[in-house]
Amino acid sequence: MSTDHLDGNAAAGALREIFTTDLTAATGTCASCGNVATVAQAVLYTNAPGLVGRCPGCEAVLFRLVRGPGRAWLDLRGVTCLEFALPDPS
Amino acid sequence: MATVSRGFFGRRRSGDPDLPPGQYLVTDFPVLSAGPTPRLRTEDWEFTITTETGEKHAWDWAALMALPAQTPTVDLHCVTKWSKLGTSWRGVSLDTLFEDVESAAEYALVHSYGGYTTNLPLQDLLDGQAWIAYEFEGEPLEPEHGGPARLLVPHLYLWKSAKWVRGIQLLHDDEPGFWETAGYHNYGDPWREQRYWGD
Ligand SMILES: [Zn+2]
Repeated sequence: MSTDHLDGNAAAGALREIFTTDLTAATGTCASCGNVATVAQAVLYTNAPGLVGRCPGCEAVLFRLVRGPGRAWLDLRGVTCLEFALPDPS
Repeated sequence: MATVSRGFFGRRRSGDPDLPPGQYLVTDFPVLSAGPTPRLRTEDWEFTITTETGEKHAWDWAALMALPAQTPTVDLHCVTKWSKLGTSWRGVSLDTLFEDVESAAEYALVHSYGGYTTNLPLQDLLDGQAWIAYEFEGEPLEPEHGGPARLLVPHLYLWKSAKWVRGIQLLHDDEPGFWETAGYHNYGDPWREQRYWGD
C-alpha cells in the first residue's frame, strides 16, 4: 500500500491556522497582472449579489464571496498565491 | 410594433402585487454592480452573436437602431430580493437578432463590456422572452443600468440580464458565468426561488 500521501484531513491544523487569521492582512498576487497587494487594498464592490474584490492595479477580479443562508462561497481564482504573516509555533 | 403586456407571462392578475417567493417590492431602481461602470460611446459599441462553429454575426449601433423595436413592459426580480413591477423598455427582440443565425447549440454564454458573463439555455433567449434593450421608461438607458444596451431576460433573476452586453456565444456545453461559478444558481427562476447552488 502506498504511503506517499495522506488524505486532506491531515491538513486540518495547517488550514485552520491560515483561515482563522485576518485575511485582509494577507498579501495576494493578481493572476492577471502579477500586482502584489494585501486583500485590504483590493477595490471592493459591495452593491452586488456578492462581494467582488478587484486588483488595484488592473481591475481584474481577485475574489468573489457569496453569502447564502447557511452557506458561503469563496472564489479566489484571480489570486495566484496568498501570503500570510503567522507567529512561529512556540 | 409589438407590446408585451404585464400579463404576458400569465403569472397573476393586473395590479395584484403577487411577488415571487421571498421578494419584496421597490419603486426605485437599485443599481447593482460587480465592477467599474463602463462608459461606452454608441459609436464604439458592437454586439455579436458567435455560433458554436465560430460564425460571427455583428451589429453596430446604427444596425441595431435599424431593426424593428419592441416596447416590453416587464417585472424585474433581483436575487438580492427586490422586485420592480411594470418597467417599460425599448429594445430589439433576440428573435430578430437570431433570425439569420444557424445553430444547433443548446447553451448561451453572454459577455459584457467590462468582463461580466452569465449563462443560460439558448431557448430562454428566444420566443419573445429576451431583448437587447436600449431605452428605459422612455429615456436612453443610463450607464449605471447597463447602457447603452443591456440584455433583458425578465423571467430569470436580474443577474442574467447582463448590463453593457457585448455578445452572445453559443455553446454545445453549458459554461457557468460570473455569479454561476460562485454559488448562484445556474438557471435562476425567481418563481422557483432558484437563488443558490442546490436550490
Ligand atoms: Zn491585476
